[in-house]
Amino acid sequence: MQALDRLFISIGRAFNSFLSQFLPPTAVTVIGMFLSAIIISTFAALVFMFLTWLERKFVGRMQDRIGPNRVGPFGLLQPIADAIKMFTKELITPEGAHKVAYNLAPILAVAPVMMFFAVIPFGRDMVAADLDVGVLYLVALSSATEVAILMAGWASRNKFALLGAMRAVAQMLSYEVPLVLILLALVLMAGSMQLTELVAAQGVPFALLQPVAFLIFIVAAAAELNRTPFDIPEAESELVAGYHTEYGGMKFGLFMMAEFIAAFGMACLVTTVFLGGWRPWIIPLPSWLWFLIKAFAVLFVFIWFRGTFPRLRIDQLQAFCWKFLVPVTLLNVIVTGVVVTFFPIVRDGQIVVQGAGGWAVTTVVYFATSVVFGLIIAWLYRRPTQQALRQIEVGRPAARGLSQEVQAA
Amino acid sequence: MTAEQFVFVVAALITLGSAVGMVTSRSVFVGALWMIAVFGGVAALFILVGAGFLGIVQILIYIGAIAVLILFAIMLTPRVMGDPNAPRYNRQWPLVAVMTTGLAAVLTVLVLRTDWPLAQEGTPVITGFAVELGKGFMTTYILPFEVASVLLLVALIGAIVIAREE
Repeated sequence: MQALDRLFISIGRAFNSFLSQFLPPTAVTVIGMFLSAIIISTFAALVFMFLTWLERKFVGRMQDRIGPNRVGPFGLLQPIADAIKMFTKELITPEGAHKVAYNLAPILAVAPVMMFFAVIPFGRDMVAADLDVGVLYLVALSSATEVAILMAGWASRNKFALLGAMRAVAQMLSYEVPLVLILLALVLMAGSMQLTELVAAQGVPFALLQPVAFLIFIVAAAAELNRTPFDIPEAESELVAGYHTEYGGMKFGLFMMAEFIAAFGMACLVTTVFLGGWRPWIIPLPSWLWFLIKAFAVLFVFIWFRGTFPRLRIDQLQAFCWKFLVPVTLLNVIVTGVVVTFFPIVRDGQIVVQGAGGWAVTTVVYFATSVVFGLIIAWLYRRPTQQALRQIEVGRPAARGLSQEVQAA
Repeated sequence: MTAEQFVFVVAALITLGSAVGMVTSRSVFVGALWMIAVFGGVAALFILVGAGFLGIVQILIYIGAIAVLILFAIMLTPRVMGDPNAPRYNRQWPLVAVMTTGLAAVLTVLVLRTDWPLAQEGTPVITGFAVELGKGFMTTYILPFEVASVLLLVALIGAIVIAREE
C-alpha cells in the first residue's frame, strides 16, 4: 500500500539517482524539471483523448444513443482515429486573415491550460511546482486564455468568429468574478494560497463546510469553461462555431484540446479545493488514484450538465452572473470571514482543530452557517426566481396554451 | 553567464523588442497584441527576481483584465478596426514629442542617479513574499492601501453611472 502510494515518487527518485551517476547535480535538476513538464503535458493530452470518448459515450447514453462503438472495444480507439483524421486534414488560412495572430492563437490557447497542472497536487507529495500563490496562479492562467480567444476571433476576419470571441470573453470575464470570490473564501479558511496547504487544511472536505459555495462554484466553473448550458460562445444554431469558425484540421483540434483540458483542469481544481484533493475517503486506495476518481466524478457532473440542460440566452447568462452570483459570493466572503474569526481552522500555518470532536464541531458550525446563508439568499431572491421559472413556462408552447386555458376558465 | 543572467537577457530582449513592435505596428490591434507580449516579459522579470506574486498579479491584471479590455475597446471602435491605412499622427504630434522627450530625460536622470543596491553574495532569497506583502498592506501601509481601494471603488461606481442608460 505504502509502496503503491509512493510509486511515482520512487520511480522519479530512482531515475534521478541513476542520472546523477554520470551528470552534475544542476543538469539532473534541469532534466528533472523538463521531464516533469513533459510528463504532465503528455498526461493532459492523454486525458483529452480519453475525455472526448467519455463525453460522447456518456452524452450518447443520456440521449438514448450508443455513441462511438466502431473503432476498438467500446469505441475506445475512436480518439486515435480522430487524431489521425485531424492531423491529415489540409491546413487552411483564410484570405484576409492576419497570418501570425491566426496561427499563434491555437497555441496560446493550449499553453495556459497545460500550465494549469504544474501546481496541482495529484497525490501525496506529488506536485511539480508547489507555488505559495498557487490559487492566484490558476486564476491568472484561466484569464490568459481569453487573449488567445480574442486573437483567434479577430485574426479570422469572420463576423461569426469575432462575435463568438467577444461573447466568449465577456462570459469568461464575468464568471471569473464569482469563481475568484469563492476561492477567496476558501483561502480565508485555509489561511494560504498554496494548494498543498489547502489540501492539508481539509480534515473535512470544504464541500461539506461550504455546500452553497460548492454548488455555485460548479455552476460558475461550467460557465467559465463555455460548456452547455453556458456554451453561448459556440452556439451552433446562431454562430456556426464561434471563435473557431475559420479553423480546421489540427488548428481546430488545438482549440478543442484547450477546452477539454481546461475542463479537466477545472475538475482538478474543484477536487483540490473542495473535495480534499488526494486525501483518501474511507477506502484506503493510493492517494493519486483517489485524486483521479474524484476529478473524474466532477467531470462526469460537467458532462451530465451538457447532456441535460438547454442553452441559456446571453442576457439571462449575464444577469444570472452579475445580479445573483456576484452579490451572493461577495456576501459569502464576509460571512466566511466572520465564521473563520470565531472558529479558525488554520492559524499561522498550523491546523488548530483538535481531534474528531473538534472537526465535528467545526463541520456543524460551517455547514449550518452555509445552509442558513443559502436559505436567506433563496428567500431574498424568491421573486426573481419565480419570474425566471415563469419565463421558462411561457417558453414552452404547450404550457402557454395550457396557462391561457386556465386563465380563460 | 549564469542561468539567471541568461534568462534575464532573454526576458529583457522580449520585453524591449515587443515594446518596439508595439509602437511601430500600423494596426492598433496588432499593437495591443505586442503590448500583451510586453506585459508577459515584465511578468517574467518579476518572477526572476523572486517576486512571483507580483509576476502572477501582472499576468492576472495586465494581461487578463487590462489588455482584454483594450482589445475589446479597439474591436468596438469601427474607425480603428476598419481602416489599416488610417493616419498615424494628428496635428498635436510636436506637443507630444516634447512631452515624451521630457519624460524620457527625467527617467534617464533618475535611473542614472539611483544607487542600485546589489545583493551580497549569500544573501538569503526572499521567501514568503506574498505573506510579507499582505502583512505590510494590513499594518504599515494600511492608509495608502485603503485610499487606493476607495479610489478604485469610486472609479467602479463612476463607470456604472456613466454606462447606465437614462
